[in-house]
Amino acid sequence: MENNNILNLKDLNVYYGAFRAVKDINLNIQKNKITAFIGPSGCGKSTVLRSINRMNDLVEGTKTVGEIIFQDRNIYNRNVDAVSLRKQIGMVFQKPNPFPKSISDNITWGAKINGYKGDMGQLVEESLKSAALWDEVKDKLDENALRLSGGQQQRLCIARTIAVKPEIILMDEPASALDPIATLKIEDLMKTLSKDFTIIIVTHNMQQASRISDYTAFLMTDENRSGHLVEYNRTSKIFINPKNKQTEDYISGRFG
Amino acid sequence: MEIRVNFNEKLSKLNDEIIKMGVLVEEALDKAMDSLINLDEDLANQVIAEDEFVNNLEINIEDHCILLIAREQPVASDLRYLVTALKISTQLERMGDHAVHIAKGTIRLKSNNGTDSIPLFGMQEMAGRVKSMLQRVLTAYVQCDAEEAKNIALLDAEVDRIHDEVIREVFSKFMSTSNDQQKATTLLFIDRFLERFGDHITNICEWIVYSVTGEHVELD
Repeated sequence: MENNNILNLKDLNVYYGAFRAVKDINLNIQKNKITAFIGPSGCGKSTVLRSINRMNDLVEGTKTVGEIIFQDRNIYNRNVDAVSLRKQIGMVFQKPNPFPKSISDNITWGAKINGYKGDMGQLVEESLKSAALWDEVKDKLDENALRLSGGQQQRLCIARTIAVKPEIILMDEPASALDPIATLKIEDLMKTLSKDFTIIIVTHNMQQASRISDYTAFLMTDENRSGHLVEYNRTSKIFINPKNKQTEDYISGRFG
Repeated sequence: MEIRVNFNEKLSKLNDEIIKMGVLVEEALDKAMDSLINLDEDLANQVIAEDEFVNNLEINIEDHCILLIAREQPVASDLRYLVTALKISTQLERMGDHAVHIAKGTIRLKSNNGTDSIPLFGMQEMAGRVKSMLQRVLTAYVQCDAEEAKNIALLDAEVDRIHDEVIREVFSKFMSTSNDQQKATTLLFIDRFLERFGDHITNICEWIVYSVTGEHVELD
Protein backbone atom coordinates (compact mmCIF):
# COMPACT_ATOMS: atom_id res chain seq x y z
CA MET A 1 0.00 0.00 0.00
CA GLU A 2 1.18 3.55 -0.69
CA ASN A 3 2.41 5.66 2.16
CA ASN A 4 0.68 8.97 1.71
CA ASN A 5 -1.52 8.86 4.75
CA ILE A 6 -3.81 11.71 5.58
CA LEU A 7 -5.61 9.96 8.41
CA ASN A 8 -4.69 7.12 10.74
CA LEU A 9 -7.24 5.17 12.73
CA LYS A 10 -5.52 3.46 15.65
CA ASP A 11 -7.28 0.86 17.78
CA LEU A 12 -10.55 2.68 17.24
CA ASN A 13 -13.44 1.44 19.39
CA VAL A 14 -16.85 3.06 19.50
CA TYR A 15 -19.43 2.25 22.17
CA TYR A 16 -23.10 3.12 22.26
CA GLY A 17 -23.69 2.83 25.99
CA ALA A 18 -22.42 -0.62 26.93
CA PHE A 19 -22.60 -1.94 23.36
CA ARG A 20 -19.31 -2.03 21.49
CA ALA A 21 -20.38 -1.08 17.97
CA VAL A 22 -16.87 -0.89 16.53
CA LYS A 23 -13.92 -2.94 17.65
CA ASP A 24 -10.18 -2.32 17.26
CA ILE A 25 -10.10 -0.69 13.85
CA ASN A 26 -6.66 0.11 12.48
CA LEU A 27 -6.66 1.79 9.11
CA ASN A 28 -4.59 4.37 7.20
CA ILE A 29 -6.46 6.53 4.71
CA GLN A 30 -4.52 7.63 1.62
CA LYS A 31 -4.54 11.28 0.58
CA ASN A 32 -6.36 12.22 -2.64
CA LYS A 33 -7.75 8.74 -3.00
CA ILE A 34 -11.27 7.38 -2.68
CA THR A 35 -11.65 4.82 0.07
CA ALA A 36 -14.85 2.79 0.29
CA PHE A 37 -16.18 1.15 3.44
CA ILE A 38 -18.33 -1.86 2.59
CA GLY A 39 -19.99 -4.53 4.67
CA PRO A 40 -23.39 -5.88 5.71
CA SER A 41 -25.88 -3.75 7.64
CA GLY A 42 -24.83 -3.15 11.21
CA CYS A 43 -21.13 -3.82 10.57
CA GLY A 44 -20.17 -0.41 11.91
CA LYS A 45 -19.07 1.23 8.68
CA SER A 46 -21.24 4.33 9.16
CA THR A 47 -20.18 4.52 12.80
CA VAL A 48 -16.53 4.54 11.76
CA LEU A 49 -17.25 7.17 9.11
CA ARG A 50 -19.05 9.40 11.61
CA SER A 51 -16.25 9.05 14.12
CA ILE A 52 -13.85 10.62 11.61
CA ASN A 53 -15.37 14.08 11.98
CA ARG A 54 -16.78 13.47 15.43
CA MET A 55 -20.40 13.37 14.27
CA ASN A 56 -20.86 10.62 16.85
CA ASP A 57 -20.31 13.24 19.55
CA LEU A 58 -23.85 14.34 18.77
CA VAL A 59 -25.27 10.91 19.64
CA GLU A 60 -25.88 10.65 23.36
CA GLY A 61 -24.11 7.82 25.16
CA THR A 62 -21.41 7.43 22.52
CA LYS A 63 -17.90 6.77 23.76
CA THR A 64 -14.91 6.68 21.44
CA VAL A 65 -11.70 4.95 22.51
CA GLY A 66 -8.47 4.87 20.52
CA GLU A 67 -7.07 7.51 18.22
CA ILE A 68 -7.76 9.14 14.92
CA ILE A 69 -4.66 11.02 13.89
CA PHE A 70 -5.20 13.91 11.48
CA GLN A 71 -2.57 16.62 10.95
CA ASP A 72 -0.33 15.14 13.65
CA ARG A 73 -2.85 15.13 16.46
CA ASN A 74 -5.61 12.94 17.77
CA ILE A 75 -8.91 14.53 16.79
CA TYR A 76 -10.36 13.28 20.07
CA ASN A 77 -7.90 15.37 22.10
CA ARG A 78 -9.68 17.70 24.48
CA ASN A 79 -8.25 20.80 22.81
CA VAL A 80 -9.63 19.93 19.36
CA ASP A 81 -12.71 21.93 18.45
CA ALA A 82 -15.20 19.60 16.76
CA VAL A 83 -16.87 22.41 14.84
CA SER A 84 -13.67 23.60 13.20
CA LEU A 85 -12.65 19.98 12.64
CA ARG A 86 -15.83 19.51 10.58
CA LYS A 87 -14.73 22.36 8.31
CA GLN A 88 -11.64 20.33 7.44
CA ILE A 89 -13.49 17.04 7.33
CA GLY A 90 -16.85 17.66 5.71
CA MET A 91 -19.75 15.29 5.28
CA VAL A 92 -22.37 14.47 2.67
CA PHE A 93 -25.36 12.45 3.84
CA GLN A 94 -27.56 9.76 2.34
CA LYS A 95 -30.55 11.99 1.83
CA PRO A 96 -29.84 15.32 0.16
CA ASN A 97 -30.38 17.97 2.83
CA PRO A 98 -30.06 21.44 1.31
CA PHE A 99 -31.15 24.39 3.41
CA PRO A 100 -34.65 25.63 2.43
CA LYS A 101 -33.03 28.71 0.96
CA SER A 102 -31.77 29.86 -2.43
CA ILE A 103 -29.17 27.82 -4.29
CA SER A 104 -26.69 30.62 -3.83
CA ASP A 105 -27.39 30.95 -0.08
CA ASN A 106 -26.75 27.24 0.35
CA ILE A 107 -23.19 27.80 -0.81
CA THR A 108 -22.47 31.07 0.99
CA TRP A 109 -24.08 30.15 4.32
CA GLY A 110 -21.08 28.29 5.70
CA ALA A 111 -18.63 30.80 4.25
CA LYS A 112 -20.44 33.69 5.94
CA ILE A 113 -20.41 31.95 9.32
CA ASN A 114 -16.71 31.27 8.91
CA GLY A 115 -15.99 34.92 8.15
CA TYR A 116 -15.09 34.37 4.50
CA LYS A 117 -13.77 37.64 3.09
CA GLY A 118 -13.52 36.81 -0.61
CA ASP A 119 -15.94 37.39 -3.47
CA MET A 120 -19.15 35.47 -2.69
CA GLY A 121 -20.27 35.37 -6.33
CA GLN A 122 -16.98 33.80 -7.29
CA LEU A 123 -17.23 31.27 -4.46
CA VAL A 124 -20.72 30.26 -5.61
CA GLU A 125 -19.61 29.84 -9.21
CA GLU A 126 -16.42 27.92 -8.35
CA SER A 127 -18.17 25.59 -5.92
CA LEU A 128 -21.04 24.86 -8.27
CA LYS A 129 -18.64 24.27 -11.15
CA SER A 130 -16.57 21.90 -9.02
CA ALA A 131 -19.75 20.02 -8.17
CA ALA A 132 -20.72 19.80 -11.86
CA LEU A 133 -23.94 21.74 -11.18
CA TRP A 134 -23.17 25.21 -12.50
CA ASP A 135 -24.46 24.76 -16.04
CA GLU A 136 -27.79 23.46 -14.74
CA VAL A 137 -28.43 26.23 -12.19
CA LYS A 138 -26.48 29.32 -13.29
CA ASP A 139 -29.68 31.06 -14.45
CA LYS A 140 -31.63 30.39 -11.27
CA LEU A 141 -29.22 30.91 -8.40
CA ASP A 142 -31.93 32.73 -6.41
CA GLU A 143 -34.44 29.90 -6.69
CA ASN A 144 -35.19 27.77 -3.68
CA ALA A 145 -32.81 24.79 -3.55
CA LEU A 146 -35.67 22.46 -2.67
CA ARG A 147 -37.02 22.88 -6.21
CA LEU A 148 -34.00 21.04 -7.64
CA SER A 149 -34.15 17.32 -8.43
CA GLY A 150 -32.77 14.84 -5.89
CA GLY A 151 -29.53 14.39 -7.82
CA GLN A 152 -29.10 18.15 -8.21
CA GLN A 153 -29.79 18.65 -4.51
CA GLN A 154 -27.11 16.12 -3.65
CA ARG A 155 -24.59 17.83 -5.91
CA LEU A 156 -25.56 21.13 -4.25
CA CYS A 157 -24.79 19.55 -0.87
CA ILE A 158 -21.40 18.50 -2.26
CA ALA A 159 -20.86 22.05 -3.58
CA ARG A 160 -21.76 23.39 -0.13
CA THR A 161 -19.27 21.02 1.47
CA ILE A 162 -16.38 21.88 -0.86
CA ALA A 163 -17.09 25.63 -0.58
CA VAL A 164 -15.39 25.62 2.83
CA LYS A 165 -12.34 23.88 1.28
CA PRO A 166 -12.11 20.75 3.44
CA GLU A 167 -9.23 18.28 3.31
CA ILE A 168 -11.46 15.24 3.53
CA ILE A 169 -15.03 14.61 2.42
CA LEU A 170 -16.98 11.85 4.14
CA MET A 171 -19.92 10.45 2.18
CA ASP A 172 -22.50 8.24 3.80
CA GLU A 173 -24.31 6.40 1.00
CA PRO A 174 -24.45 9.62 -1.04
CA ALA A 175 -26.25 8.05 -4.00
CA SER A 176 -28.54 5.50 -2.42
CA ALA A 177 -31.56 7.82 -2.65
CA LEU A 178 -30.88 8.69 -6.30
CA ASP A 179 -31.84 7.17 -9.64
CA PRO A 180 -29.12 5.35 -11.67
CA ILE A 181 -28.21 8.29 -13.91
CA ALA A 182 -27.99 10.74 -11.00
CA THR A 183 -25.92 8.10 -9.23
CA LEU A 184 -23.43 7.89 -12.10
CA LYS A 185 -23.15 11.69 -12.12
CA ILE A 186 -22.26 11.66 -8.42
CA GLU A 187 -19.72 8.89 -9.07
CA ASP A 188 -18.10 10.85 -11.92
CA LEU A 189 -18.02 13.88 -9.69
CA MET A 190 -16.32 11.95 -6.91
CA LYS A 191 -13.58 10.83 -9.29
CA THR A 192 -12.97 14.43 -10.36
CA LEU A 193 -13.05 15.72 -6.78
CA SER A 194 -10.52 13.15 -5.61
CA LYS A 195 -7.83 15.17 -7.42
CA ASP A 196 -8.29 17.91 -4.83
CA PHE A 197 -9.85 16.12 -1.88
CA THR A 198 -9.59 12.84 -0.02
CA ILE A 199 -12.90 11.01 -0.12
CA ILE A 200 -14.19 8.30 2.17
CA ILE A 201 -17.48 6.71 1.18
CA VAL A 202 -19.77 4.25 2.87
CA THR A 203 -21.79 2.31 0.33
CA HIS A 204 -24.08 -0.70 0.20
CA ASN A 205 -23.59 -0.87 -3.51
CA MET A 206 -20.59 -3.08 -4.16
CA GLN A 207 -20.49 -2.28 -7.87
CA GLN A 208 -20.26 1.36 -6.87
CA ALA A 209 -17.36 0.63 -4.54
CA SER A 210 -15.58 -1.34 -7.26
CA ARG A 211 -16.21 1.36 -9.88
CA ILE A 212 -15.08 4.42 -8.01
CA SER A 213 -12.82 3.59 -5.10
CA ASP A 214 -9.04 3.18 -5.02
CA TYR A 215 -9.07 1.36 -1.69
CA THR A 216 -11.73 -0.77 -0.08
CA ALA A 217 -12.21 -1.68 3.56
CA PHE A 218 -14.51 -4.61 4.32
CA LEU A 219 -16.11 -4.68 7.75
CA MET A 220 -18.11 -7.43 9.44
CA THR A 221 -19.75 -8.07 12.76
CA ASP A 222 -18.38 -10.64 15.19
CA GLU A 223 -20.37 -12.93 17.49
CA ASN A 224 -21.04 -9.96 19.81
CA ARG A 225 -22.30 -7.88 16.87
CA SER A 226 -19.25 -5.62 17.10
CA GLY A 227 -18.03 -4.31 13.76
CA HIS A 228 -14.42 -5.02 12.90
CA LEU A 229 -12.14 -4.70 9.90
CA VAL A 230 -11.80 -7.94 7.94
CA GLU A 231 -9.73 -6.82 4.99
CA TYR A 232 -8.36 -3.56 3.65
CA ASN A 233 -6.52 -3.30 0.36
CA ARG A 234 -6.48 -1.76 -3.07
CA THR A 235 -9.93 -2.09 -4.61
CA SER A 236 -8.47 -4.01 -7.55
CA LYS A 237 -7.12 -6.59 -5.11
CA ILE A 238 -10.32 -6.84 -3.08
CA PHE A 239 -12.54 -7.40 -6.12
CA ILE A 240 -10.26 -9.73 -8.08
CA ASN A 241 -8.32 -11.62 -5.46
CA PRO A 242 -9.43 -11.00 -1.88
CA LYS A 243 -7.34 -12.72 0.75
CA ASN A 244 -10.13 -13.42 3.20
CA LYS A 245 -12.89 -15.98 2.63
CA GLN A 246 -15.47 -13.74 4.33
CA THR A 247 -14.60 -10.88 1.97
CA GLU A 248 -14.88 -13.22 -1.02
CA ASP A 249 -18.26 -14.53 0.10
CA TYR A 250 -19.63 -11.06 0.79
CA ILE A 251 -18.53 -9.35 -2.42
CA SER A 252 -19.60 -12.29 -4.58
CA GLY A 253 -23.04 -12.20 -2.95
CA ARG A 254 -22.77 -15.53 -1.12
CA PHE A 255 -23.95 -13.96 2.13
CA GLY A 256 -24.99 -10.60 3.55
CA MET B 1 -30.64 -19.84 2.81
CA GLU B 2 -28.28 -20.43 -0.07
CA ILE B 3 -28.12 -17.39 -2.32
CA ARG B 4 -27.17 -16.91 -5.97
CA VAL B 5 -28.53 -20.38 -6.76
CA ASN B 6 -29.37 -19.30 -10.29
CA PHE B 7 -25.84 -18.00 -10.89
CA ASN B 8 -24.32 -21.20 -9.49
CA GLU B 9 -26.48 -23.24 -11.87
CA LYS B 10 -25.31 -21.19 -14.82
CA LEU B 11 -21.68 -21.66 -13.81
CA SER B 12 -22.26 -25.38 -13.65
CA LYS B 13 -23.82 -25.33 -17.13
CA LEU B 14 -20.73 -23.51 -18.37
CA ASN B 15 -18.61 -26.31 -16.91
CA ASP B 16 -20.61 -28.84 -18.88
CA GLU B 17 -19.95 -26.92 -22.08
CA ILE B 18 -16.19 -26.77 -21.43
CA ILE B 19 -16.10 -30.51 -20.75
CA LYS B 20 -18.13 -31.22 -23.87
CA MET B 21 -15.75 -29.11 -25.96
CA GLY B 22 -12.76 -30.88 -24.42
CA VAL B 23 -14.24 -34.29 -25.21
CA LEU B 24 -14.89 -33.27 -28.83
CA VAL B 25 -11.27 -32.13 -29.18
CA GLU B 26 -10.06 -35.39 -27.68
CA GLU B 27 -12.15 -37.33 -30.18
CA ALA B 28 -10.86 -35.17 -33.02
CA LEU B 29 -7.28 -35.95 -31.99
CA ASP B 30 -8.06 -39.68 -31.79
CA LYS B 31 -9.66 -39.71 -35.21
CA ALA B 32 -6.91 -37.58 -36.75
CA MET B 33 -4.28 -40.01 -35.43
CA ASP B 34 -6.28 -43.04 -36.63
CA SER B 35 -6.60 -41.46 -40.05
CA LEU B 36 -2.86 -40.89 -40.08
CA ILE B 37 -1.94 -44.38 -38.96
CA ASN B 38 -4.26 -46.04 -41.50
CA LEU B 39 -3.94 -43.33 -44.15
CA ASP B 40 -7.75 -43.20 -44.02
CA GLU B 41 -8.79 -40.24 -46.12
CA ASP B 42 -12.49 -40.56 -45.25
CA LEU B 43 -11.80 -40.38 -41.56
CA ALA B 44 -9.51 -37.39 -42.16
CA ASN B 45 -12.32 -35.62 -44.00
CA GLN B 46 -14.63 -36.39 -41.11
CA VAL B 47 -12.23 -34.69 -38.67
CA ILE B 48 -12.15 -31.62 -40.93
CA ALA B 49 -15.95 -31.49 -41.16
CA GLU B 50 -16.55 -32.03 -37.45
CA ASP B 51 -14.32 -29.14 -36.44
CA GLU B 52 -17.37 -26.95 -36.96
CA PHE B 53 -18.91 -28.43 -33.78
CA VAL B 54 -15.86 -27.39 -31.78
CA ASN B 55 -15.93 -23.91 -33.28
CA ASN B 56 -19.63 -23.51 -32.51
CA LEU B 57 -19.11 -24.63 -28.97
CA GLU B 58 -16.40 -22.02 -28.51
CA ILE B 59 -18.83 -19.32 -29.64
CA ASN B 60 -21.50 -20.68 -27.27
CA ILE B 61 -19.08 -20.57 -24.35
CA GLU B 62 -18.00 -17.04 -25.22
CA ASP B 63 -21.60 -15.83 -25.42
CA HIS B 64 -22.42 -17.60 -22.20
CA CYS B 65 -19.48 -15.98 -20.37
CA ILE B 66 -20.19 -12.51 -21.77
CA LEU B 67 -23.83 -12.77 -20.72
CA LEU B 68 -22.90 -13.90 -17.22
CA ILE B 69 -20.41 -11.03 -16.86
CA ALA B 70 -23.01 -8.50 -18.04
CA ARG B 71 -25.89 -9.84 -15.97
CA GLU B 72 -24.25 -11.10 -12.80
CA GLN B 73 -21.28 -8.73 -12.43
CA PRO B 74 -19.08 -11.50 -11.05
CA VAL B 75 -16.13 -10.58 -8.86
CA ALA B 76 -13.20 -12.34 -7.21
CA SER B 77 -13.04 -16.11 -7.83
CA ASP B 78 -16.28 -16.09 -9.88
CA LEU B 79 -14.78 -13.53 -12.24
CA ARG B 80 -11.46 -15.38 -12.47
CA TYR B 81 -13.32 -18.62 -13.16
CA LEU B 82 -15.30 -17.07 -16.03
CA VAL B 83 -12.24 -15.45 -17.60
CA THR B 84 -10.49 -18.82 -17.32
CA ALA B 85 -13.41 -20.50 -19.09
CA LEU B 86 -13.05 -18.00 -21.94
CA LYS B 87 -9.32 -18.61 -22.15
CA ILE B 88 -9.71 -22.39 -22.04
CA SER B 89 -12.27 -22.34 -24.83
CA THR B 90 -9.77 -20.48 -27.02
CA GLN B 91 -7.05 -23.03 -26.28
CA LEU B 92 -9.40 -25.94 -27.02
CA GLU B 93 -10.45 -24.36 -30.29
CA ARG B 94 -6.79 -24.13 -31.33
CA MET B 95 -6.30 -27.78 -30.45
CA GLY B 96 -9.31 -28.62 -32.62
CA ASP B 97 -7.61 -26.76 -35.46
CA HIS B 98 -4.43 -28.76 -34.94
CA ALA B 99 -6.42 -32.00 -35.22
CA VAL B 100 -7.68 -30.65 -38.54
CA HIS B 101 -4.12 -29.89 -39.62
CA ILE B 102 -3.07 -33.44 -38.80
CA ALA B 103 -6.04 -34.73 -40.84
CA LYS B 104 -5.00 -32.54 -43.76
CA GLY B 105 -1.49 -33.97 -43.40
CA THR B 106 -2.99 -37.44 -43.71
CA ILE B 107 -4.67 -36.46 -46.97
CA ARG B 108 -1.41 -35.04 -48.35
CA LEU B 109 0.57 -38.12 -47.35
CA LYS B 110 -2.04 -40.37 -48.92
CA SER B 111 -1.92 -38.52 -52.23
CA ASN B 112 1.89 -38.65 -52.26
CA ASN B 113 2.35 -42.07 -50.87
CA GLY B 114 -0.61 -44.21 -51.89
CA THR B 115 -1.17 -46.99 -49.42
CA ASP B 116 2.40 -47.60 -48.34
CA SER B 117 2.62 -47.29 -44.60
CA ILE B 118 4.59 -44.38 -43.19
CA PRO B 119 6.75 -44.51 -40.08
CA LEU B 120 5.40 -42.19 -37.40
CA PHE B 121 8.36 -42.54 -34.99
CA GLY B 122 7.31 -41.27 -31.55
CA MET B 123 4.23 -39.43 -32.74
CA GLN B 124 1.74 -42.01 -31.55
CA GLU B 125 3.27 -41.82 -28.12
CA MET B 126 3.07 -38.02 -28.20
CA ALA B 127 -0.62 -38.22 -29.13
CA GLY B 128 -1.27 -40.65 -26.28
CA ARG B 129 0.49 -38.37 -23.83
CA VAL B 130 -1.28 -35.16 -24.84
CA LYS B 131 -4.61 -36.99 -24.80
CA SER B 132 -4.03 -38.09 -21.24
CA MET B 133 -2.92 -34.55 -20.29
CA LEU B 134 -6.08 -33.16 -21.87
CA GLN B 135 -8.33 -35.50 -19.91
CA ARG B 136 -6.60 -34.64 -16.67
CA VAL B 137 -6.61 -30.89 -17.27
CA LEU B 138 -10.36 -30.83 -17.83
CA THR B 139 -10.87 -32.57 -14.49
CA ALA B 140 -8.45 -30.16 -12.81
CA TYR B 141 -10.45 -27.24 -14.18
CA VAL B 142 -13.75 -28.51 -12.90
CA GLN B 143 -12.26 -29.41 -9.52
CA CYS B 144 -10.37 -26.08 -9.29
CA ASP B 145 -7.19 -28.04 -8.58
CA ALA B 146 -4.17 -25.77 -9.03
CA GLU B 147 -1.67 -28.37 -7.78
CA GLU B 148 -2.86 -30.92 -10.31
CA ALA B 149 -2.62 -28.24 -13.02
CA LYS B 150 1.03 -27.65 -12.10
CA ASN B 151 1.71 -31.39 -12.19
CA ILE B 152 0.11 -31.75 -15.61
CA ALA B 153 2.21 -28.90 -17.01
CA LEU B 154 5.35 -30.76 -15.96
CA LEU B 155 4.41 -33.58 -18.34
CA ASP B 156 4.88 -31.30 -21.33
CA ALA B 157 8.68 -31.62 -21.08
CA GLU B 158 8.48 -35.26 -22.21
CA VAL B 159 6.24 -34.30 -25.14
CA ASP B 160 8.80 -31.68 -26.15
CA ARG B 161 11.60 -34.23 -25.86
CA ILE B 162 9.85 -36.71 -28.15
CA HIS B 163 9.06 -33.85 -30.54
CA ASP B 164 12.79 -33.09 -30.89
CA GLU B 165 13.59 -36.78 -31.29
CA VAL B 166 11.03 -37.12 -34.08
CA ILE B 167 12.59 -34.17 -35.91
CA ARG B 168 16.00 -35.86 -35.83
CA GLU B 169 14.61 -39.19 -36.97
CA VAL B 170 12.61 -37.70 -39.82
CA PHE B 171 15.70 -35.83 -40.99
CA SER B 172 17.96 -38.85 -40.90
CA LYS B 173 15.46 -41.12 -42.65
CA PHE B 174 13.93 -38.91 -45.30
CA MET B 175 15.91 -35.81 -45.97
CA SER B 176 18.73 -37.55 -47.85
CA THR B 177 16.61 -38.34 -50.88
CA SER B 178 14.83 -35.57 -52.73
CA ASN B 179 11.80 -37.83 -53.43
CA ASP B 180 10.92 -38.02 -49.79
CA GLN B 181 11.29 -34.36 -48.90
CA GLN B 182 7.60 -33.54 -49.29
CA LYS B 183 6.64 -36.47 -47.10
CA ALA B 184 9.23 -35.44 -44.52
CA THR B 185 7.91 -31.88 -44.42
CA THR B 186 4.37 -33.12 -43.76
CA LEU B 187 5.59 -35.39 -40.98
CA LEU B 188 7.53 -32.53 -39.39
CA PHE B 189 4.39 -30.39 -39.43
CA ILE B 190 2.37 -33.15 -37.78
CA ASP B 191 5.07 -33.53 -35.16
CA ARG B 192 4.86 -29.79 -34.57
CA PHE B 193 1.05 -29.84 -34.24
CA LEU B 194 1.23 -32.59 -31.63
CA GLU B 195 3.82 -30.60 -29.73
CA ARG B 196 1.48 -27.58 -29.83
CA PHE B 197 -1.23 -29.65 -28.12
CA GLY B 198 1.08 -29.90 -25.13
CA ASP B 199 1.70 -26.13 -25.18
CA HIS B 200 -2.02 -25.34 -25.24
CA ILE B 201 -2.61 -27.71 -22.34
CA THR B 202 0.18 -25.97 -20.42
CA ASN B 203 -1.56 -22.65 -21.09
CA ILE B 204 -4.78 -24.10 -19.70
CA CYS B 205 -2.84 -25.23 -16.61
CA GLU B 206 -1.60 -21.66 -16.11
CA TRP B 207 -5.14 -20.32 -16.30
CA ILE B 208 -6.37 -22.88 -13.80
CA VAL B 209 -3.69 -21.71 -11.36
CA TYR B 210 -4.84 -18.13 -11.98
CA SER B 211 -8.46 -19.05 -11.47
CA VAL B 212 -7.75 -20.73 -8.14
CA THR B 213 -5.04 -18.47 -6.69
CA GLY B 214 -5.35 -15.16 -8.53
CA GLU B 215 -1.64 -15.38 -9.43
CA HIS B 216 -0.28 -15.43 -12.95
CA VAL B 217 2.34 -18.18 -13.30
CA GLU B 218 4.58 -19.36 -16.09
CA LEU B 219 4.54 -23.15 -16.30
CA ASP B 220 6.87 -24.85 -18.73
